Amino acid sequence: MTHYTATGLDSRKLAFWAFIGSECLLFGSLISTYLVYKGRSVRGPTPQEILNIPLTSVSTFVLLTSSLAMVLALAAVARGDKLWSRVWLFSTAFLGSIFLGFQAYEFTEFVHNGLTITTNLFGSTFYTLTGTHGAHVAVGVIWLLTLLVRSFQGKLGPDKALNVEIAGLYWHFVDVVWIVIFTVVYLIQ
Amino acid sequence: MSDTARHEHQGHASTGTYLAVAAVLTIITLVEVGVFYVPAFQPVLVPILLVLSAAKFALVVMFYMHLKFDHRLFTLIFSLPLLLALGVAIALLFLFGAFVLG
Repeated sequence: MTHYTATGLDSRKLAFWAFIGSECLLFGSLISTYLVYKGRSVRGPTPQEILNIPLTSVSTFVLLTSSLAMVLALAAVARGDKLWSRVWLFSTAFLGSIFLGFQAYEFTEFVHNGLTITTNLFGSTFYTLTGTHGAHVAVGVIWLLTLLVRSFQGKLGPDKALNVEIAGLYWHFVDVVWIVIFTVVYLIQ
Repeated sequence: MSDTARHEHQGHASTGTYLAVAAVLTIITLVEVGVFYVPAFQPVLVPILLVLSAAKFALVVMFYMHLKFDHRLFTLIFSLPLLLALGVAIALLFLFGAFVLG
């Protein structure tokens, strides 16, 4: 059932954009905190010593590719193409899972190299920021998998394209947040 | 359904545009990483990376999130908190001495 506001816009989509606006403030505060404490750790490891740029570049490419898969999934659902909507929804969730795998590997390596959330200011702000982002990716993967299940149940036709579009908005937002994190945390050291 | 609501469901880019955007995003990412490793770019690394990052951000928001084609109210609802977050970040950096004036 579609709900329209007095503006003629769908109320769910309007509300979701408002939610994304609130998420801007959440990630804005976390990125600000990282930047404020940047370079103020009294002991290592420092970002220059520990960050793995080639590995993170690959994981960034994976997340960007997942966004392409997401828009292709939405296009397939909108035109009623069941096969390709399932292929692209699964691809998006799979690429999101690969990204999470990279993050789990990175965190494990950092802990083995002596950087935990309590080691120094860099560790505290880095794990809080990237961990919160990773949690958002995990929620997105679960959301995509539920859409995939709905598709296999035959309940994700063109009339439900807005459900996929809203999930897509969430997924792309997680992607743009990573675009900022990759630049601010990894490349500008 | 009103005209506005009907427009809301139509305004998406083509598959070709999505692929072109993906190609541009990949190229920008490669340039970012390349610039990071070239010592000659070190003095201007920060502005270059911020501009490239902003370009990627804008491409995803405009095309993948459809703001270029959607109702302006969505752009407004997204832009205002984004600008507020940016303002808070800049204010905090000044407040904690990350930027030094004069």
